[in-house]
Order: sequence, then structure tokens, then C-alpha cells
Amino acid sequence: MARRSVSAAEPPPAAPRPFWTIARRDTAAGFLFVAPQLAGTLVFMLVPLVLVFWYSLHEWNVLANTFRYTGARNYELLSSDPSLPGVLLASALFSAGLVVLNMSLALLLAVLLNQKLAGIAVFRTLFFSPVVVSLVAWTIVWGFLLQHNGGINGTLRLLGIEGPNWLRTPATAMLSVIVVQVFKNVGLNMVLFLAALQGVPRELYEAARIDGATRWRQFRRITLPLISPTILLTSIITIVGSLQVFAQIAVLTQGGPGVSTTVLVYYLYQQTFQFHRFGYGSTLAILLFAIVALLTLAQWQLRKRFVFHER
Amino acid sequence: MFHCKTFASFRAIAGGLALSLALAAGAAAETRLRMTIWSANEAHLKLFNGIAEGFKKENPDVTVSFESLPFENYTTALTTQIAGGNAPDMAWIFETAAFDFVNSGALLPLTKPLAATPGYNLGELSPAATERWSKEGVLYAYPFSTSPFAVFVNNDLIRKAGAKTPAELIAAGQWTWPQAIATAQAVAQTGKGGLVVRDFNYQAWQYLSSVWNAWGAAPWSADGKRCTLADKPMVDALGFIHDAIFVKKAMPGPGQNVDFFAGDAAMTITQISRASLLPKDKRFDWDLVPLPKGPTGDYAIVGQAGIGVLQSGKNPAAAAAFVAYMTNPENSARLAQFFPSARKSLLNAEVLGKTNALLSPAQLDRVVVAGIATGKVMPAHTDFARLQQMVRAGLDAVWQPKADIPAATRAICAQIAPLLAQ
Repeated sequence: MARRSVSAAEPPPAAPRPFWTIARRDTAAGFLFVAPQLAGTLVFMLVPLVLVFWYSLHEWNVLANTFRYTGARNYELLSSDPSLPGVLLASALFSAGLVVLNMSLALLLAVLLNQKLAGIAVFRTLFFSPVVVSLVAWTIVWGFLLQHNGGINGTLRLLGIEGPNWLRTPATAMLSVIVVQVFKNVGLNMVLFLAALQGVPRELYEAARIDGATRWRQFRRITLPLISPTILLTSIITIVGSLQVFAQIAVLTQGGPGVSTTVLVYYLYQQTFQFHRFGYGSTLAILLFAIVALLTLAQWQLRKRFVFHER
Repeated sequence: MFHCKTFASFRAIAGGLALSLALAAGAAAETRLRMTIWSANEAHLKLFNGIAEGFKKENPDVTVSFESLPFENYTTALTTQIAGGNAPDMAWIFETAAFDFVNSGALLPLTKPLAATPGYNLGELSPAATERWSKEGVLYAYPFSTSPFAVFVNNDLIRKAGAKTPAELIAAGQWTWPQAIATAQAVAQTGKGGLVVRDFNYQAWQYLSSVWNAWGAAPWSADGKRCTLADKPMVDALGFIHDAIFVKKAMPGPGQNVDFFAGDAAMTITQISRASLLPKDKRFDWDLVPLPKGPTGDYAIVGQAGIGVLQSGKNPAAAAAFVAYMTNPENSARLAQFFPSARKSLLNAEVLGKTNALLSPAQLDRVVVAGIATGKVMPAHTDFARLQQMVRAGLDAVWQPKADIPAATRAICAQIAPLLAQ
């Protein structure tokens, strides 16, 4: 085996490498920057999530001050709860109605407002303004308008039409709640669509026009594919938001008439805070979490089929 | 020089710390009690704070504060405080939630501390008033307000509609439910509201007991085990109310808001404490009369509120002492101006008249005194919030123009029967 030659004069030993190298400093700085966000997520999301799961395995009687481990009993109750199918149906109806109406209206408004016309900014501001209005104030005002002798029926009466009792008839109560929510938040999706529309290269439309494509064909073949990432984003935001609806139901219908507008979050609130069933309420929260997680996952998987740059 | 300054700073800090510790020790010796209430009325708070000041004079180390929670979500907010480990020392409790609080063991037994208070005279509370707040002979909350429901009347609107006023009908012996609705209908035809059951709002159906008790109807049997919503008295009573709403238009329909105290309705059924809402500027000729006679004769319905001491509060013993002070005969007389007392010695028009400037002796006698003496307390049950919600959802089928009342009430009974049987 060849031996390495050793010089007569040993080189001085290398100075110990400092611990705080540039790379380590950068890493530490990065962690420090995200630390407040991580701490917030840990304290306000992950810890409560674990606690809610823990509570869901217990029967917690607040008044009697008892907290008894019951294993999977609350989950058994969930599977046999006769009210739950109706509640899930109401949630599905609300979500479906909201997503379809909100996204189509937002896209329509974005296309209409994506013009270079004088005063177009006024219209954009007008449609966006409800987003910054307090949700409860917005809902209370709509509650007055939707009363049987309220503003909407008063206007209809001027036209010779006898309007329905919007919030007290099962057929119209859900529709009313959806419409109130659509008008509240359509501006947000509209702005996102508007930004996406303005990012579509003009030359693609010019080329399509030269090839003789109609406006509708241009919209289907150019606009929709190129704004598909935004459609995915807005659909996730809207669906997740729709499953969390509470204030509108609490203010406008309190879950009625009957149980026609008792959506999952409102049902959870009733069980937990009104009926003092904190354990069962936590089980419903876990169900809601699972539904939101599944829907988000499904949408994320679908992006490969619908989002142009994922294909 | 530097060392001197540093030393002086240390001394200042040490002195500050010592003072803080001394103050903290002083603060620790003071007992702070908190009572949750559902009123934010200025006059009510002034009265309570006055009582708390009186208690502090006798107990300088105890300070009592009152926390107003919104009326609509009061019980929800209270139980959330308890769940969060921040239970108040004392709480007002609705009569509808009484069974839940009394039966759960959440409240401190009060019989001994109240009976042991000199001059308290616990024996003068009528058993009818304490029934809902007791379990196995032990009182768990003091019924500080026993307030009968009555009919406030706007005589101006009724005369304008050409109808007889309730006082005239009473004098003629004709103050019955059909007559009351006929009067309300006459006023409604002029464009104003007819008769409003205040706080019902097609949600809090328990307030309708001020009407359906006239038929001898109740949502469940006296022992709470059987649903009686589908029984004949209730179906008849609901039929009468439905007819008044949808056919005669004598009562505001679902989704219609009419405020009697704004001068927009002929009559409203509510408790006498609402007299404070009568307008000070746009006054009208008003009256207060007993509930109309029904098919089962005269009747009265009473709303109650109790004060309980929470076992999970920090100072239950001191809280019980304050409840004893707040509800002693002298303070009960003061409270009676807003909250009619269950003490027999205070139940006469003369005593009530001293603190009820708005009501005449005749009104106090025929509505308050007679109402408390003969009235039934509003319906309640263990797990009332769940039952309330189930019945509310079921009754929505009744509040439709073409309702099938027997079918709707049978459906409600089928739903709540398992809960009642528990």
C-alpha cells in the first residue's frame, strides 16, 4: 500500500469552523420569520384540533362538571343520528347552490368588467364593496329586506306581484340564504377572475380571430383553459367557505323553517352550545374537518385534468 | 457615581416590587363576586349596584359586579363560560333552564344559608314559586322574579277602529279570546297590527303558553313523560291561533315584525316588567288587563327567573351570603319594582304600588297579585333546549297558510317522545 509522503513542516491546523455559518444564519433567520405563523398555527389550529378529537371521545356535561371517557360512542351516535342526513343534505344544497351561482356570476362580472371603458373602476368597486362590509351587518339588512312585509316584497307589490314569505317557506329560505351569501362574496372571486383574465396574452385572441374563431369559441378554447388555475383556487375557497357558513343561518333563519337550512356548522353549534353536548359537538367538528379535507384533496387531484399547466 | 445610581435604581425596583406584592396581598384578601344577568337596563343595573354597595358596607372585603349577557343567547353564553372554566359566582337562570341547572348539581344548595340568615323568613315563599327551583325539598335557586303575563292595550288604536276596549269588554263580562281576536282584527283592518305575543316571533313557542293555556293545553304531561301536543286542547288552541293569523289577520304572520310599544299594534301579551318600554314622548292611552277568558275559564301564566350560586364558582360561600342579602325582605321590596317577588308579604297592591309608579293599584291587583296567586309557570323540561328546538322545527309546519295541524303535532310528538321518556 502506497504511503503518503509527509512533509517535514506540518501545515498549521485549520481554524475551527464557526458554528454560525452563512447557511445556518440564513436557515435560522428563515425559521425566525415563519415562527410567529408556525406558533399561531400550532396554538390556534393544531392544538385545538387534537383537543377536539380528544373531546369527541368523551361525554362532557358542563353543568354537572363531568368529563367521562366513552370511546367511540359519540361516533356510533353520529352514524345513527336521525337528523344528520337532513343536515348533510342542507349543507350539500347550500354548497352546490353557492358554488354554482357565485362562480358563474363572478366569472360573468369579471368578463363584463374586463373592458377598457371610462368609469369601469367605479363598477369594479361597486361589485367588490360588499366583501368589506361586516358580515353580520350585511345579513341583518338582508333580513329586513327579505321579511314578508320587507323591502323586496314591497317592491314586487309595486309591480303587482305578491312575493313569497322568503325566509319562512322551505322552498325559498335556502335560496334566500344562498343569494345573500353570493352577493356578499361574489366580488372577491370577481377580482381574482379579473386578474386572471388580464393575464391571458392578447396575441392568442388575435391569432384566434384571424383563424375565424367566434367569441364563444375563444372563451372556451383560450380564456377558460388559461384561467383554470384561478378557477381551481376560487372553487376550493368557495366550497370550503360554504361549508363553514354560520352567521347567515343564525341571523336569517336559525336553521328553519323546519330544519331546511340547518347546515352542518349550525347543527354543530346547536349541539355544542345550545344543547350542551360538547362531546358530540366535537364529533361533528371532526366530521366537518374530514369532509373539508376530502373535498380539498379531491379538488387538488382533479387539477391534473382541468388546470392547463398541470397536464 | 455610577455605582450610586445603579444602587439607587435597584432600591427603587426592589421598593416597587415590595409595594406590588403588598398590594397583591391586599387584593388577594378581597373577595370579588361576579353575577351574570340578562338585563342591560340602566335602571336595573342602578338598583343592583345599590344593593351590592349595601352588601359591601356590611362586608368591606367583598365586591360584587354584574355582567350583562345578551338575552337571546343568555344560557348559551353562561354555559360556555362554565365550560371555559370561567364560571360566574352567581347567575340568573331562566325558568325554562331551571330543571337542567337544578338537576345537574351545578348549583349550590341554598336552603341552609338562606334559612340561617337573620330576618330572612324563607317560609313566606310560596311552594308554587319555589317548586321549579327545588329538588327533594332543597332550594337550589331563589325565584327572584315571578312575573305574570298580561295584555298591554293601545286604547287609541282600538277606539279609532270603532271597537270596544278590553276594559269595556271586561266591564261587560265579555273579555274572552274570540272577543280579543275580534278587536285585534278590527284594528288590523285599519293597517295597524292586531295582537302580538311578544318574544314568540315564531321561534320561542313557549311564549304561546300565554294563549294555549286558555284551552288547558300544554306541550307535555305534568310529569313530563308524555307529549300532549297532539291532544285535543292543543290542536283546538293551535287551530284558533292559526285562524287568527292566517284567516282573520289579527296576529302578525311569520316574518312580520310589529312593535306594540312603538304604537303599531292594538295589544301585546308580555310581562309587566315591559311597562318600562312604554313611550315617553309619543304617548298613547294604554291599559294593562288580564289575559282573556278561554274555553276552560280564567287562567294566568307566570314567567320566573331564579338566582343560583354556581358550585364551580370561586367563592360559593360568599356568593350564597350575597344572594341571601340581595333577596332579603328589604331588598326584595326594592327589586319588586321590576321583578315581582314571590314573598307573600310583598304580594299586595299597596306594597307593589310604592315601587311601581307606572301601574295603578287596580292594574296591580287584578293582573300582578291575582296572576302570581293563580298562575302556572311557563313550560319547561330537562334538556329543554333540545326539546325547544325540535318543537320549534315541527311547529314551522303549523305556521303555513294550509297547515294540517293534527298531522303536524303528531309528527312533533313522534320526534320528541323518546326524549321525554328518558
